[in-house]
Amino acid sequence: MKSIIERIKNSKFWHFHGGIHPPEQKQLTTSKPIKHLPLPKQLIIPLQQHIGSQGDLLVKVGDNVLKGQALTQSSTPMAVPIHASTSGVIRAIKKSVIAHPSGLSELCLFIDVDGKDTWQERKTCLDYTQLSHQEIITKISDAGIAGMGGAGFPTHIKVNTKADIDFLIINAAECEPYITADDLLMQEESESIVDGIKILDHILKPTYILIGIEDNKPQAIKALQKATESIEKITVCVLPTKYPTGGEKQLIKILTGKEVTSGSLPIQSGIVVQNIATCFAINDAITNGTPLIKRVVTLTGQALAKPQNLWVLLGTPVNYLLEQTAFINESTSSNDNCSTDSLVTNLPVANPPVIMGGPLMGFSISNELVPIVKTSNCILAPSKTEMPSAFDNNSNEMECIRCGQCSDVCPSQLLPQELQWSAKAKDHQQLTKLNLFDCIDCGACAYVCPSQIPLVQYYRIAKAEIRQQQQLDMKAEKAKARFEARKLRLEKEKVAREEKHKKAAAARKAAMSKKNADGGTASSAVAAALARVKAKKAQNKVSDELRVASCEQTNNESSESRVTNSKTRRDTSNVSSEDEKSQVKAAIARAKAKRLAKANANIKESDEIRVTSNEQIIQKKETDNTASDKKARIAAAVAKAKAKAREKTKKRQETLTVPSNETQEQPDNSKPNSETK
Amino acid sequence: MNILIAILVLGGIAALFGALLGYASVRFYVEGDPIVEQLDALLPQTQCGQCGYPGCKPYAEAIANGEAINKCAPGGEDAIKKIADLLGVDVLPLDENHEQNNDDTSNLPKVAFVIEEDCIGCTKCIQACPVDAILGAAKQMHTILIDECTGCDLCVAPCPVDCIEMRPTPETIHNWQWDLHKIAVKQIG
Repeated sequence: MKSIIERIKNSKFWHFHGGIHPPEQKQLTTSKPIKHLPLPKQLIIPLQQHIGSQGDLLVKVGDNVLKGQALTQSSTPMAVPIHASTSGVIRAIKKSVIAHPSGLSELCLFIDVDGKDTWQERKTCLDYTQLSHQEIITKISDAGIAGMGGAGFPTHIKVNTKADIDFLIINAAECEPYITADDLLMQEESESIVDGIKILDHILKPTYILIGIEDNKPQAIKALQKATESIEKITVCVLPTKYPTGGEKQLIKILTGKEVTSGSLPIQSGIVVQNIATCFAINDAITNGTPLIKRVVTLTGQALAKPQNLWVLLGTPVNYLLEQTAFINESTSSNDNCSTDSLVTNLPVANPPVIMGGPLMGFSISNELVPIVKTSNCILAPSKTEMPSAFDNNSNEMECIRCGQCSDVCPSQLLPQELQWSAKAKDHQQLTKLNLFDCIDCGACAYVCPSQIPLVQYYRIAKAEIRQQQQLDMKAEKAKARFEARKLRLEKEKVAREEKHKKAAAARKAAMSKKNADGGTASSAVAAALARVKAKKAQNKVSDELRVASCEQTNNESSESRVTNSKTRRDTSNVSSEDEKSQVKAAIARAKAKRLAKANANIKESDEIRVTSNEQIIQKKETDNTASDKKARIAAAVAKAKAKAREKTKKRQETLTVPSNETQEQPDNSKPNSETK
Repeated sequence: MNILIAILVLGGIAALFGALLGYASVRFYVEGDPIVEQLDALLPQTQCGQCGYPGCKPYAEAIANGEAINKCAPGGEDAIKKIADLLGVDVLPLDENHEQNNDDTSNLPKVAFVIEEDCIGCTKCIQACPVDAILGAAKQMHTILIDECTGCDLCVAPCPVDCIEMRPTPETIHNWQWDLHKIAVKQIG
């Protein structure tokens, strides 16, 4: 630790591997002060401006909003709110093209500016030392501060740490060509920046504070040195200019000699890195109660007549800024498609290129309605002579000649050439093995490539593909889990259903056997009664004159009752629908008994017409199921008919016994049928 | 005598190795079929059943038992290639019977969408969904949990009122893909 500080004090720094020295082009804007712009007519504020998730909307269409009013609230720790950059009316909440290389549309708030620029009530705080650690963190979070260097990581998460911090590194390197936003901010607002650094010092309590700044900003260095004179802890470290010194890991390496290993975070080595513009925003938020609603943006490039740094309200469309800096349209086609909402993908052909971000890490914007967000530090509008490749839509890519220059300049010490092969072959495993994810997208490899291979674009694509594949894998894993869970659930339900059925069946069975016990005795009692009745009847018949016939009949009937008895017995053993059957049987038995009684009566009335009555019985049995009056009528009719035929039957009395048996047997046969009914 | 010694010696060796193998088969018994697990990991887990098996795992088991490797339509050529690599067999083109219709949207990831005004709440799609991604109850409108839907298509057919359709997942900045030919960033220099 001591040795690190000694080295720094002696202005001896470490080196990171590789790096390039592209033409700086900073002179275009570095000598001009930051200009304040008149209010634009409309602001387009995207709901999501940084890494993480977007917050929940607090306003609706038609609402009047004041400058600095929060428009969303964060529902998760990774989200920070956005604020109205000026007062006005919410005109619409709809999808609009955002500052993203894809040129896709996301939800944005459209604010019609009323021009009054009325502030909401602000709470100033003159002494931040009075505030607790948590209060400061909350204030930073509520002010919507996200890292203003590029990635836009929510600042309150980065500074809310319990770990012991050795070094707080303030990143003022601004190593990318053309960009001077931080440079100018340091020149003009060094006091505020240092106040911001003091607040960070207050909450993080680092051992040392190092400000890393490249030696191509002499005025800013002077201003910072002046502002930090009185503070022992802060050291302004003037570093040799080299791209990409401003990379987090590279800056740490240069200043402390420490390597942040692959996959780990600087915080794990006791280091926190903050951008200089973020420090300014923190001071503004804590001291003035001003949320992050404006930032310095470098408008540069030879296509602009008046390149300059501007204080830009977040949400200002790029075309307004180009207007303000007198954009010279070299291209033959006009700017009229800036109003189209559709995705303009082949922009360089249709329009002169406008690049958001620096020339090495930025991206062309597809639509000039793209708003400035928290992370936009530069709008670059190059001329054709300045950057011919930006105008040329045809790829000049040639075969790799294996010169190895790319690996010489790679600040992450990767093997760009190897990565390129694997990226083209979509060999994701090999790419991961080659530590593709340590690539910081700096573009140094593509810059030096003599074959003009857009190496860094290949890596970006590969990274996105791998990330998507990981997401798909995760989704597949989830789908699998859900599928398994569903299968398990169905299985369980099936088992439960079967169990239920079994239980119900058992219950039914128990109830049945109980009923059977009752019903069985009942039916047997009926059968016994039936037998008794039949026996009586048989006795009656025995007393009849026609002994032989009646005897036979008795035999038949006793056999009948036997059948009934056996049937009842069989039925008792039968489990299902036993009671029903026994009821039917009882009914039948009753009907039979009645019929027999009648028949007996008939026999008593006229012994001669016994046969007729027998036949009547048959008839009655046949018409068993019909209505009783009908039965009676039929019986009467039959009786009449039989009476007519009586003489005939009398004559054949001897022979009649046999057919009467036969006729008697018929009902016996029909009986089981009627029973089963 | 010599022959007897030879037979005894060889027989002894055979018995020894037999015992060894027998012991090893008990001692190092492999639970389950690891190849099935590996195959299952390569399949896309849409559980769509387009291969003719009820889910990805059963198809993985079938492949392990010699079923053709080119029946997974959602996995496409990628999955076939990976399976071929794993099993050391030749890459086959996707089986035509299992190929999805070849319009240009067929390769886009899709999710089911319930046209809500048409839904009668019959719960048939709920029963068809292999991953429980449909929410609803009898005579209540159903809806799809878009994050859980695997786009397997299985709910489309059972719907009696044809109120389910497959829609491509919207492109957002989260699933957006860089397209090298469309990247306008060439400002290096």
